[in-house]
Amino acid sequence: MSAPAAVLAESAPVRFRDPQIEMAHGAGGKACRKLVEGLFAPLLFGAAPGPLGDAAHVEINGTTVAITTDSFVVKPLSFPGGSIGELAVNGTVNDLAVSGARAEALVVSFVLEAGLPTQVLEAEVRAMAKAARDAGVRIAAGDTKVVEHGKADQMYVTTTGIGRLLPGVTIDPCSVRVGDKILLSGPIGDHGITILLARGDLDFEADLRSDTRSVLSLVETLIHAAGPGIRWMRDPTRGGAATSLNELARDCGLGMTLFEDQIPVRDTVRGACELLGLDPLHIANEGQFLAVVSPEYADAALNALSLAQGGSEAQVIGEVREQPVGTVLVTTLYGGSRIVDMLVGDPLPRIC
Amino acid sequence: MRFVDEFREPELISKAAEEIRRLAGTVRHYRMMEVCGGHTHAIYRFGLKDILPENIELIHGPGCPVCVLPMGRIDDGLSIAQQSDVIFAAFGDMMRVPGTQGSPLEHKARGMDVRIVYSPSDALKLARLNPNKHVMFFAIGFETTAPSTALTMMRAKAEGVRNFSVFCNHVTIIPAIRAILDSPDMRLDAFIGPGHVSTVIGCRPYEWIAQNERKPIVVSGFEPLDMLQSIGMLLRQLKAGEAKVENQYKRVVPWEGNRAALRAMAEVFELRPYFEWRGLGFISQSALRVNDKYAEWDAEQRFAVPGIRVTDPKAAQCGEVLKGVLKPHQCKLFGRECTPEHPIGALMVSSEGSCAAYHNYEHRKAAMISLNSVA
Amino acid sequence: MCLAIPGKIVEISSDHQDSALVDVVGVRRKIDLGLLQDDKPAPGDWVLIHVGFAMSKISEQDAADQMNTLRLLGEIDGAMQEIQGYRLEDVN
Repeated sequence: MSAPAAVLAESAPVRFRDPQIEMAHGAGGKACRKLVEGLFAPLLFGAAPGPLGDAAHVEINGTTVAITTDSFVVKPLSFPGGSIGELAVNGTVNDLAVSGARAEALVVSFVLEAGLPTQVLEAEVRAMAKAARDAGVRIAAGDTKVVEHGKADQMYVTTTGIGRLLPGVTIDPCSVRVGDKILLSGPIGDHGITILLARGDLDFEADLRSDTRSVLSLVETLIHAAGPGIRWMRDPTRGGAATSLNELARDCGLGMTLFEDQIPVRDTVRGACELLGLDPLHIANEGQFLAVVSPEYADAALNALSLAQGGSEAQVIGEVREQPVGTVLVTTLYGGSRIVDMLVGDPLPRIC
Repeated sequence: MRFVDEFREPELISKAAEEIRRLAGTVRHYRMMEVCGGHTHAIYRFGLKDILPENIELIHGPGCPVCVLPMGRIDDGLSIAQQSDVIFAAFGDMMRVPGTQGSPLEHKARGMDVRIVYSPSDALKLARLNPNKHVMFFAIGFETTAPSTALTMMRAKAEGVRNFSVFCNHVTIIPAIRAILDSPDMRLDAFIGPGHVSTVIGCRPYEWIAQNERKPIVVSGFEPLDMLQSIGMLLRQLKAGEAKVENQYKRVVPWEGNRAALRAMAEVFELRPYFEWRGLGFISQSALRVNDKYAEWDAEQRFAVPGIRVTDPKAAQCGEVLKGVLKPHQCKLFGRECTPEHPIGALMVSSEGSCAAYHNYEHRKAAMISLNSVA
Repeated sequence: MCLAIPGKIVEISSDHQDSALVDVVGVRRKIDLGLLQDDKPAPGDWVLIHVGFAMSKISEQDAADQMNTLRLLGEIDGAMQEIQGYRLEDVN
């Protein structure tokens, strides 16, 4: 979360009323948004900060830089397709990318649990180094703290990234118009389901990997092909695509209509979601992004993405409509429709 | 996905919907109740109301085992788990259901050992892996789920796993249907019968509905084509003045049910003389408890249970909504004090509760329609 | 109550637990076959799974019959209406 920077913003009244913090407040959905909008924003950004984006643009001596931060707490640390190290690098690179910036440098902070085997730490740091090389970003500085055994799930990692603005694109939810197309870079649900299965509580197995990767080059390709037509981008992490699009719908005061049969989901993810009673639209992703593009540029945008490395599964998944306001609607081929809300709480497997 | 995708084929769905429109005509108003919460969920998930004609009204029944559980039972289960070294294990559906002191997840945030399991056998596995703790499995569900709980308890006994018990809230479907039909404010033409409960109990237990109450009932599958086909079959019966039990879900439901499952239930459970259902009050012979042979694995016999009755807040009309007498938005708390983020009753928490479904779906569509009609 | 999914039996376990490995579009899980003791499934059979237990075998024949019925929807009634239109019963 970040807001257009105002020097020394005055605090506004706190509107957050929950007496204690629950897991739901970190799940990326409704509760999380309430905490951010009700406690952090009023005290840190002042009154009326406007829509909260992934990264902040800060002006320093006439140059605008983008800056963002993200914490990574994942259990297990390592899973098919990646580990916390990759997430920590790619997550921040991606937040900058979807805000229209190219990551130049990251700084990283570690909170380590006493008793963590050095071998594990080293593996993660190697993973970070590799991810940074792959993403073309340097890790410039860092900090380490160690806490007592039991006070951190082996390790927590925070990365803060700074980047230069990419020319030719302006991200602004308020520029979204009726008729704009909603693009998705690739299949959703891979990461969240991989983590769920890797935890081992549910005794399921599948040939599935996290989709963690830097989306910077895809974003650059998109900007190159359709820059003037890009209204908004977001990487749908915790809370899934449904949460990101609900936030957009709220911010721009329009409706998002998705075409169910056009949303790319791998069979295995579909199967796992059916088995567990989950909706792929609510599952976290770490290597995909959403983009809203004007109709004139939509074809060029999709073409460019599908021809680019790693973009072959990109799809137009929906469009912006006037109604229902502030809502995401999913329609089926046979004329049925349902509303998909922001995630409430954590996605819990159900049996009923 | 095999046996799933075929029953979602758009062209066939359109055909089935057309057939229903043809059968339903425009004059008569049909009121059909789908008993099972899984059917309620399917109706919303697949947007079936959009393709049914206006003169077919689907009324949601009480077949949501989470929704009908009185708050006191959740409190009882949690109070057992308050004791140290007890692990509270339950399905994901239970985790956000509010007790008077909070939901299981909220208790977890305050330090209780709460684990989500996908199967009763996962709970037993937890017990094997944690010999120094006691695992209490909070069991819910109709006859679909009860046999699995029963079989798990039989295995626990056979293996001599002593640190495992079940807090049994299994309920049975027939008394619930009877209570609906006995309700004076209920006017129903037909029933869409529960599909998965019937894999266990078969189709015979519904014969009294057709013979004595003269209402058609079709045991239905859960895919869009299943439900549309079932509605078509009900319309045919109603137009012909017939009332019989039909099995639409033949590929999975045996007319005689599953003998092995019924045996397992008989081995471990017995009927409670009565049990309180949220909204429907006390219903006799409507729920299961663990019998004496398995007393050692019965959480209610191993632990002291407060057994406090908790009445729903007066303003909450969970009962009327459960019975189908009120639509969710007609409850005074709907959308105001009671929302999916701050649920007062289980119907707003459970993914198949009509209030949650209505809040996320109908409510906003209704707002959209009224907006359009003003324009 | 009723989230149950069709899955294909991949492998029956050799231990006494009556368990099998089942596959649902690539997601695999061990399930309990204890409720199908009277009608034991074999690898390749499809079963309906609910909370980790197989509840029933899925009859491919019944499924195919049902699909046929659905495909013929409208056609049979249409044919009947056409025949009734000939008013053959009026011919003495």
